[in-house]
Amino acid sequence: MRYVIIGNSTAATFAIEGIRSVDKEGAITVISAENRPAYGRPLISYYLYGKIPAAKMDYRPASFYGENKVEVLLGARAEKIDPAAKKVTLADGREIFYDKLLVATGSRPFTPPVEGLETVPQKFHFMTMDDALALEKALTPQSRVLVLGAGLIGLKCVEGILHRSGEVTVVDLAPRILPSILDEEGAALVQKQLEEEGVKFALNDSVLRFSQNCAHLKSGKELPFDVLVVAVGVRPNVELVKDAGGEVRRGIVVSNRQETSLPDIYAAGDNCESFDTSAKQNKILAILPNAALQGECAGKNMAGGKGYYLGGTMFNAIGFFGSHIATAGVYEGESYTERTENTYKKLFYQDNVLKGFILINNIERAGIYTSLIRDGTPLDAVDFNLLKHAPGLMAFAGSVRREKLGERRER
Amino acid sequence: MKVVYVNEDWCLGCHLCEYECAFANSGDTDMVRALKDKQIFPRIRVEDGANDVHFAVNCRHCRDALCVKSCIAGALSKTEGGAVVIDREKCVGCFTCVTVCPYGAIMPDSEGKAAQKCALCTDNLMGEPQCVKHCPNRAIVFEDRG
Repeated sequence: MRYVIIGNSTAATFAIEGIRSVDKEGAITVISAENRPAYGRPLISYYLYGKIPAAKMDYRPASFYGENKVEVLLGARAEKIDPAAKKVTLADGREIFYDKLLVATGSRPFTPPVEGLETVPQKFHFMTMDDALALEKALTPQSRVLVLGAGLIGLKCVEGILHRSGEVTVVDLAPRILPSILDEEGAALVQKQLEEEGVKFALNDSVLRFSQNCAHLKSGKELPFDVLVVAVGVRPNVELVKDAGGEVRRGIVVSNRQETSLPDIYAAGDNCESFDTSAKQNKILAILPNAALQGECAGKNMAGGKGYYLGGTMFNAIGFFGSHIATAGVYEGESYTERTENTYKKLFYQDNVLKGFILINNIERAGIYTSLIRDGTPLDAVDFNLLKHAPGLMAFAGSVRREKLGERRER
Repeated sequence: MKVVYVNEDWCLGCHLCEYECAFANSGDTDMVRALKDKQIFPRIRVEDGANDVHFAVNCRHCRDALCVKSCIAGALSKTEGGAVVIDREKCVGCFTCVTVCPYGAIMPDSEGKAAQKCALCTDNLMGEPQCVKHCPNRAIVFEDRG
């Protein structure tokens, strides 16, 4: 059996483990565009921040590929899938034949069509280790940095580079920071803290035009800068599957076993859609844990085992300069709020289930809330008043507590 | 594999397990010196409720652990024996694991910079789970229940 995996990040790594949990012998080939073993992609901001050295960023121990008998083609870019001939053609002309193929190509940064962007001499994305290393090289203690995008990637980048730069300004079209995970009140709290660290914001604003080292904003402001970071979002890498005739909507369409519409071709990670159990619709759940679960599921199925991925819910853990934010689900229905000067908690519930939460600087045991959302636990089966104030197992029925603490758990 | 299990019917709510855990992982050989006048950050935590209900919670060492799947750094892994362990040198303290653990059994460490969790006293010099060894009423046991 020849297994081929295009991509070499989270989904690919867990797919290797999934395959090997079923088939110890089949040949596994990984086609990796990046020139290094798999690393924790979200660690790149922590690297620049000085929280982790490059040598500690590998996602698995150095022995991983050898022990799992995986051949990794580094710096190799897949250009075409031929599902009839069951082969992948690389940019350098090499042809790799497969029996089972996983497309774990993730996503790529989106470049907005802004006039004059091509005139900016120093511009970067913030997605890969190469991006981080290039940015690191460009920064000096005098650098004026302009970050386009106040989302998760843009602001983690800001945390990483602030102490390496002269000043950092973030521009976003949205009226608040982190609009995908925070409400107004939460965003204001986090923004205030970032401003206290020295970060400048131009929200509700956008760049109309660049002229080399100057951004001309819609508001009329002109922002001179030395280094530009573009972090306005990502697009899924669906083209290989689409061009091969596979079904693609926003992302690659997969079954609950991660099968694409093409025979023997699977997809997992940020390039494919899955069922968002909170929003009750198919979405690209572009978070690392879903890539892991989908990759493992795909791997098991490729090797003839039984894996199912029945959907998931969005959740995020992020923080800046010592703060900690945990969020999950959707922000619909009634809400419960607790607020102090530096902490914020908001729970959203509807139709007898917890729908979502925002926790800022009080994240301990947040996973208990996440599990209520994930499991769709009826709130009348738990002591929700107790849970509102502090997540704990005490709020569950005695019989449920006994199972959780007295039986071996699957997860 | 052998895991720590808790029976709330026997738990007195004495919190001794928390102190023994903090001591076991302090690296110190003297309990008084290790704990006196210090805030402790044990990996096992006792919940106290109404009607004199008490129980301790620590890592369940799930077979298919969500924390391991969720770790952005590859810092959490399973040993060959099945225990969930953390490499704190690799942990960057994003606390995705805290956000996903259904038991609330993984937590920020004393400095809040990395996560900590129960490794069944395999990562200290004690050799066996000290919460179990010192529980005065056998409410905490170390058993193989599958």
